[in-house]
Parts: sequence; C-alpha cells; structure tokens
Amino acid sequence: MKIKFWGVRGSIPVPGPKTVKYGGNTSCIEIRTDEGDLIILDGGTGIFQLAQDLRGKMPVAANIFITHGHWDHIQGLPLFTPMFVAGNRLLFHGAYDFVSERGVEQVVGVQLQYSFFPVREAEMKATIEYFVLSPGQSVRSGSATVTAVLLNHTMINFGYRVESNGKSVFFTGDHEPYYNIYHPADERYPEYQALIEEKERAIADAVRGVDVLIADASYTLEEYPAKKGWGHGTLDSCIDLAERAGAKILYCTHHEPTRDDQALEHEFGRALARHSPRQGGVECRLAREGEEVEI
Amino acid sequence: MIRHPSELNRKISDAVERMPAFPESVQKILALTRDINCQPKDLVSIIENDPVMAVRVLKVLNSAYFGWPNKITSIDRSVVHLGINTIKNLALSIAAIGVLPKANKAGFDINGYLLHSLTVAGVAKRLGARMGAEADPLDCHIAGLLHDFGKIVFAQFMSEEWAAALALGKEGAMPLHLAERQVIGVDHAAVGAILAEKWQFPTTLADSIRFHHDGEIGHTALSAYVFASNRISNELVRGALGGNAEGLPPAVAARCGGSLGKLVDSLGDLSGIVEEAKLFAQIGAA
Repeated sequence: MKIKFWGVRGSIPVPGPKTVKYGGNTSCIEIRTDEGDLIILDGGTGIFQLAQDLRGKMPVAANIFITHGHWDHIQGLPLFTPMFVAGNRLLFHGAYDFVSERGVEQVVGVQLQYSFFPVREAEMKATIEYFVLSPGQSVRSGSATVTAVLLNHTMINFGYRVESNGKSVFFTGDHEPYYNIYHPADERYPEYQALIEEKERAIADAVRGVDVLIADASYTLEEYPAKKGWGHGTLDSCIDLAERAGAKILYCTHHEPTRDDQALEHEFGRALARHSPRQGGVECRLAREGEEVEI
Repeated sequence: MIRHPSELNRKISDAVERMPAFPESVQKILALTRDINCQPKDLVSIIENDPVMAVRVLKVLNSAYFGWPNKITSIDRSVVHLGINTIKNLALSIAAIGVLPKANKAGFDINGYLLHSLTVAGVAKRLGARMGAEADPLDCHIAGLLHDFGKIVFAQFMSEEWAAALALGKEGAMPLHLAERQVIGVDHAAVGAILAEKWQFPTTLADSIRFHHDGEIGHTALSAYVFASNRISNELVRGALGGNAEGLPPAVAARCGGSLGKLVDSLGDLSGIVEEAKLFAQIGAA
C-alpha cells in the first residue's frame, strides 16, 4: 500500500517561501492499494495537484472519503479535473449532517453554485455518486476495506481506517481529544469523565495496531488552552493516541497555517522531547506535501 | 376522532419535527450563543430543561443512523458523541423555527406546562437519587420533563379537539386523560409514548410517559418515579401535600418505598425545586 500526501495544512492554504518544505495545500491524501485501487481521503486544495498527477492515468476510478465538510477539506473539489472527464467514475463517501439535514453530496453541490463557480454539477461528465456512511460502517473500496469512525470535531467528522492485504492506515481528519465540560467541583464531573474515557478507549481501539496513523496535530501544548473546543488536537495528543493505539508510524498533519517550516520543526522537536521514546515504539514524523510512503 | 394510534402517528409525527421550542429557552439559547466562548454546560442546562429541545436532540442521537449499542437519554452523553458545536447548532436550528405561542386556540397555558414539567423533572431526579441504583437520576429528570409531551403536541397540532377535551374535563370534573380518550380517542400519555417509540427512545422512557396516569400496571422504577413525581407536583400546586393528598397506588408505592406521605418526608424540602422551575420558566420574573 502506498500513501502520498497532497495537502497537509489546516484551515487555509499558505503557499510561499516559508512553507515550501512542508507545503501550503490543505487536506488531501492519496492511497494506492497493491492492486492499484485509488482511494482519496479529503478534497482540500491538495487534490488539485493530485488531479494533475492523474492526467495521464485516465479513466480514473476513485473512492473519495470526505472526513467532514469544512472548507479546508473540500475546497479543491470544484477543480478536481477528473470530474469533468467522461469515463471517470468518482464515488464520494461521507457523513450525514443533522444540522443542514443533508448528506455528503452537499460538499460538492454547495460549491458548484452560480455565485461561486461557473460550472454546474450537471455539466460534469464523469460518473459521480454519493454514499452516506454511518458511524462504524465499513465499505469495500476495490481491494481495500474502509471503516468510518466518528471522532470529535466542531461538526460530524469521520476518521477513516483503510485496510488492504494486511496493511492499515488511519486518518483522523479533524479531531480534538474529548474534554470535560464540567469543573472538577461540579456534581456531574465524574460521570462526564467516565463517558470521555469510554470514548477515548473506543477510538484507541479503532486505531489499534495500524501501520500508519495520520492525525490532526494543529496546536502546541501552549496554544491549546486558548483553542480548546475548536476541534483540533495537539502534537502531544497525537503522540499519545499513537502510543495508546500501538500505531507503528505517526504522521502529524493539519499543520497550523501560521507556522512556517522552521517553527513547525521546532515545535515538533519540543513535543518529541516530552515523550521518551519506547524501544520499538511509535515512529513520529511530520507529514510533508509530496511525500510518499510505502507500507 | 382518532381511530387508531398509527393514524395519529402519521398525522403529527412529521409536524413535530418543525415544532418550535419554549420562548424562555429560545431566548436563552440566542443570548448564550452570541458569545463564541459560551460555556457548554450552560447550553446543556438549557436543552435539558426544554421538552422540545430535549426531544429533538435525543431523537437525532437515537436515530438508526448512529446505531449505538445503548439508547441515549442523556444530553451530556449527546454532547460527548456529537460535540458541543453540533449540539449548539441543533439547538440554534430549533430556536430559528420560532417560539411556541403564549396563547393558542386550545387556551393552553404553556408557562404552566413548562413549570409542571420542570417540577416533575426535579422531583423525579431527587427521587431517583434518593432511591439509589434503580434508575439514573438524570434519566428520571428527562422522563419527568417529557412525561406530558403529548399535551403540547395536542395543543399545537390538534388544538380544537384538545380544547373540547379540556372543556369536557372541566365541565364533567373528569381527569383530562379520560376526557381526551373520549373526545380524541387517545390520551396525551399514549401520544407521548407513541412518539417516543417512533423516535427510538429507550422503552423504559416511553413506558414512563405511557403509564404516568396508570397506577395499576407493573411499573419499572423509572415509570413509578415519574408517576409519583407527577402526583407530588400536582399536590404541591394544590398545597395538599400535608393533608388530604391523593395517595399512591400500591404498585407505585411498592417501587417508591412506601406511601405518598412517607415518600414526601424522605424527599426533604421540595420548595427549592419549584423555585428553580419557576426561575427557568420565568414565572414571576419581572
């Protein structure tokens, strides 16, 4: 199985000389199974570069799993050029949104409106289908199985576990570790804490033993208190999850857009120093746009 | 007249989707959420004190989509599962529908309804805590809050029929649920339970709604506490708790550890619960 990062930035694209090493595009990951099946995780601006890469590989058949509908995870979709080409088959998968009362189809539909984009969805020539996934649901995607796991974000966000030929990768999309909404002195604090711990165990079980964990590491420990409730993790929370779940390799992603390459490496180094590495424990890396890893 | 509960089910269950919530909680939600850093626990407190908002949140959480191994009755648990921002936006989408009208064709006193529901919720929660592990106190709170949900559905969607049932109850000195059966063909307890089942709420919660006027059946702890709390709340309003209060049926008394008098004594001073309910329902507020 091959994994390639096409976008590793959170919130907004930040191109420029200070982000040239890790990249400025937002969330998009390509997975190729040994059989050559194409799975795409998220459609942030990174998917535009992936589209360029696919130009010589038509017709394209891809299963595209959207973690959630926030802009940085869908913004590249209108210019995902395989959608314009007849003969391509693109299957989108994602959650149902109970607030808008719409399914994953809206991640494309809302962007292809007259006021925002010149081409209507009806004019796109590829075969495009949408499938709403439920939490815990597994779907076959070529030779792979992809399982949706409900995580903790400011809207419904699925992490995806992709398994094929005994290899596995888990991508969180956006995820903040659960936190107690009550004060320790509140009567309801202990019960809420028990609920949180139950969820944390369930998530570690869903990630258990993966070869590669790609996780939302937006913030530093120092930044987090001011960002609590914004739906993102820290470098440290990702290392902690990887260790608890027994992941082999951790890629920290969703890099904070204000953090340049130098600052990113500095903060990553500080976080690593706080975690004494176990013998044979998780290997921690920073996700870098354009990097490919084979497992 | 409704000839079969399923007929009513079809008629109103979709309409309930668009039912507005209580003015007090809608105002509170709008005020609270103007601050991006509002406290999640304050939001939880508003939702779990408004029958319409609580129903809508629990309906989402208990839908087949999620397929949790256990049914969900707790707003706290709902927040853990969906995240506070999604719960906040669900509450805002309900608030955007508008508010239940203060006056309606059935002459229904919605402030009185909210006060009663909150009082029953508060007493049931105290009773649940007092009785130990038989029922979770927060489940008791939600069951108490929702026990009369059928009334608000009648008031909102079958106002003319319900006005006739209210009138019959008054003229004939007949309990309202019996008058409803006579006029509408089904009472508010049955309607609330049918909806709770349709929304896949836990059976124990649906039964506590269904049997809150039926003292003779074999009650679960939850349904017995709601039955008793409903009676205690009514007697609190009548000021009859110290004297000629209506007692508890044996099946309920057995679950609640004795007679109404004994039970009330064990619960301590209930005036705080009533005051808190009044405060939330903004009754008597300037």
